[in-house]
Amino acid sequence: MQIDVTRSILIIVICAGCTVLERSLPFLVFRGKEVPRIIQYLGRVLPMAIMATLVIYCIKGITFTSVVGWAPYLIGIAITAALHWWGKNALFSIAGGTIAYMLMVQMIFV
Amino acid sequence: MNLKKTFLYCLKQSSPIFIAFLPVGLAYGVLMQNAGYNVLWVGLTSLFVDAGSLQFLMVNFFTDSVPLITVAVMALLVNSRHIFYGLPFIEKFRTLGPWRHFVTYYLTDETFSLHCARKCPEGVDEKWAYIFTTVQVVGYWLILSMLGTWIGSLITIDMTGVDFAMTALFVVILVDQLRGADNRLPAIAAVISSVVCLAIFGPGSFILPSLAVTVAALVLLRNVIEPGKEAA
Repeated sequence: MQIDVTRSILIIVICAGCTVLERSLPFLVFRGKEVPRIIQYLGRVLPMAIMATLVIYCIKGITFTSVVGWAPYLIGIAITAALHWWGKNALFSIAGGTIAYMLMVQMIFV
Repeated sequence: MNLKKTFLYCLKQSSPIFIAFLPVGLAYGVLMQNAGYNVLWVGLTSLFVDAGSLQFLMVNFFTDSVPLITVAVMALLVNSRHIFYGLPFIEKFRTLGPWRHFVTYYLTDETFSLHCARKCPEGVDEKWAYIFTTVQVVGYWLILSMLGTWIGSLITIDMTGVDFAMTALFVVILVDQLRGADNRLPAIAAVISSVVCLAIFGPGSFILPSLAVTVAALVLLRNVIEPGKEAA
């Protein structure tokens, strides 16, 4: 297949530029300034809010028309959370939850 | 300051991301290879763009004649959630010197989460932990996606579901945050807002409205979440 080198490089430059612009935005807005109190407050509470959002983001493809569409996700999350709530070993909880999920999608809810 | 100890601490923290990247990185390499883009193109894209879903979308940009303005708009939309990721780190990154540019460039879902989760133990240098975490996560993505062009199509082990490691990592970080928190309202507000926005806007475009609603809710709930700090 013949590829268009100039266009391909342009696409990479545009996508990289747009992405880094978004990642830098808060730093550009408050560059060299004292950070307002309300933004400092958001900085304290946003990590927890964003992690919760990312968990939902990971399971955004969930459907409730059949058990296969939701059970592996929700059970996998429940197992991971339970392991970590009581076990407190991050790698163990992640491995346990992931293996449980893999068993479910490969063997039970197929 | 112990750089070796810091590097190993970060490696332990970031290792689940390598597992989660395994199927996705390899699959991306295969997809690019099939579209006529060799390992060099894969490396360039992973190094300069470093964004999972956008890079998959870019394969379509490469092969179809999508107008470049559409490319820009799509790129901005797909990663729009990233505009919030710097907020907790505005002051922190100022202490990183010139490295702040590098760490900011690669502020992804994965590095953001690890930066939030990190509680540096004795002997681990905080500044270098930010840098090493970034190097490792970017390195995993770069190596796996490039490797995908060579061996991706040869892998026959059933890896279905191994990408759940990313979800599990986010759950674990959230559980740690909930356990240590004075107030769990930020997480509750975010879950309600995400679920409602997911139902309204659908999986493709819920995340930006969801984060916007969450930020608005957090601002309104400031007195409840941090009582007594209202003075300013």
